[in-house]
Amino acid sequence: MSVFAIISSAAAAAEEVHGEAASAGLPQLDPTWWPSQLFWLAITFGILYALMSGKFLPAIGGAIEERRDRIADDLDQASEFKGQAEKAEQDYVQALADAKAKAQGIAADTRTEVDAEIAKLQAETDKELEKQLGVAEARITEMKTKAAEKVRDAAADTARALVETLIDEAPTQEAATRAVSSVSSD
Amino acid sequence: MFGLRAEGPMEQFQILPIVDLHLGSIDISLTNSALWMIIGTGAICLFFLVATRRAALIPSRAQSMAEVIYEFVSDLVRDTIGAEGRKFFPYVFTLFIFILAMNLFGLLPSLPWIAHELHTFTPTSHLIVTLALAMVTITIVIVYGFYKNGLGFLRLFWPSGLPLWLMPLLCLIEVISFLSRPLSLAVRLFANMFAGHVILKLFAGFVVSLIGAGGAVMAFSIAPFLGAIAVTALEFLVAALQAYVFAVLTCIYLSDAAHAADH
Repeated sequence: MSVFAIISSAAAAAEEVHGEAASAGLPQLDPTWWPSQLFWLAITFGILYALMSGKFLPAIGGAIEERRDRIADDLDQASEFKGQAEKAEQDYVQALADAKAKAQGIAADTRTEVDAEIAKLQAETDKELEKQLGVAEARITEMKTKAAEKVRDAAADTARALVETLIDEAPTQEAATRAVSSVSSD
Repeated sequence: MFGLRAEGPMEQFQILPIVDLHLGSIDISLTNSALWMIIGTGAICLFFLVATRRAALIPSRAQSMAEVIYEFVSDLVRDTIGAEGRKFFPYVFTLFIFILAMNLFGLLPSLPWIAHELHTFTPTSHLIVTLALAMVTITIVIVYGFYKNGLGFLRLFWPSGLPLWLMPLLCLIEVISFLSRPLSLAVRLFANMFAGHVILKLFAGFVVSLIGAGGAVMAFSIAPFLGAIAVTALEFLVAALQAYVFAVLTCIYLSDAAHAADH
């Protein structure tokens, strides 16, 4: 306070001495207004510093920080979702492969089952056919035998008739048959 | 001939009282310098009030601008001082924005018909103001330097790893360099503002004189007029640059104080 007073009075004295020269010089070097400038600088700069450090800068810094956190969170969440999606895809592929394998198993099982059934049916049919074939063959043999017998009878009859015509004496049935048998191959 | 009147280049630095105020025997009148400090500070506060009114996740235009300045100064402090520079961030930020506002508001054109007291004024074109700001910085450097390093702070003047016979000389150089810091800080800003405004005024004065001469000479007034435009553009650059330089040097000096013991 007193320092300023001294400076001010010294300046005033200097101005009186120099008169015109001093007022024509640099206004910056005129100490008259130094206290006022320092006073108002202190007031304005002080208020600005208080507002900046107490209010504005924390608000801006907070907003920037919050945004940074939010972006980091969002990125985390996105990577989490990506992981989930990848896992879901993996599960899907796995399920698809399982289903395919299962379908193939079922197809193979069905095929063997059907094959077995077909084989069984075939065997049954074969057996039946064989049976029927046997019966048919037996009948054919029987019919052959009968036919041969009838042929022989007919041959005997014919022989008898021939003999009767030739010699007018009818051989017995028995003799005719014996004769025919002796000449026929079987 | 047009009633034009060019004032001398120094008149723009004249301090004029608007409201007389006294604190005891000290004259603390509200002057044009104080008025422009208040206007600058008020504008900054208004801007940041708007910018931080709703601190939103998706910033408004004003908030974006404020965040750009914030990040700019924040990066500067972190890169220069390191992690412990955080506590100086509000001071460096206030210093930067205050000087920037003072410098830029001084470049506004004055309205010609209003009183001289209300003409545009650049408080940072006065050495006492820049010196006061520089002294605040240096005071913080010294106080924090001794608080942080104790007497180890004096190692700043005692560089290591040099032959002993060089030490006294280097110590002297270091002391002188340290003492000249506040002066260079203050004079750099003051001289830039002062010289810029003088040159602007000189160019503008030439325009007025040449027009005043009348006749064919008037045509030559286009040259200083274009010069004044170019200098105005340059002065905007200088205004921002000097605010930045002041902030950078403050950071470097604070870094010295913080890391003096590591020297």
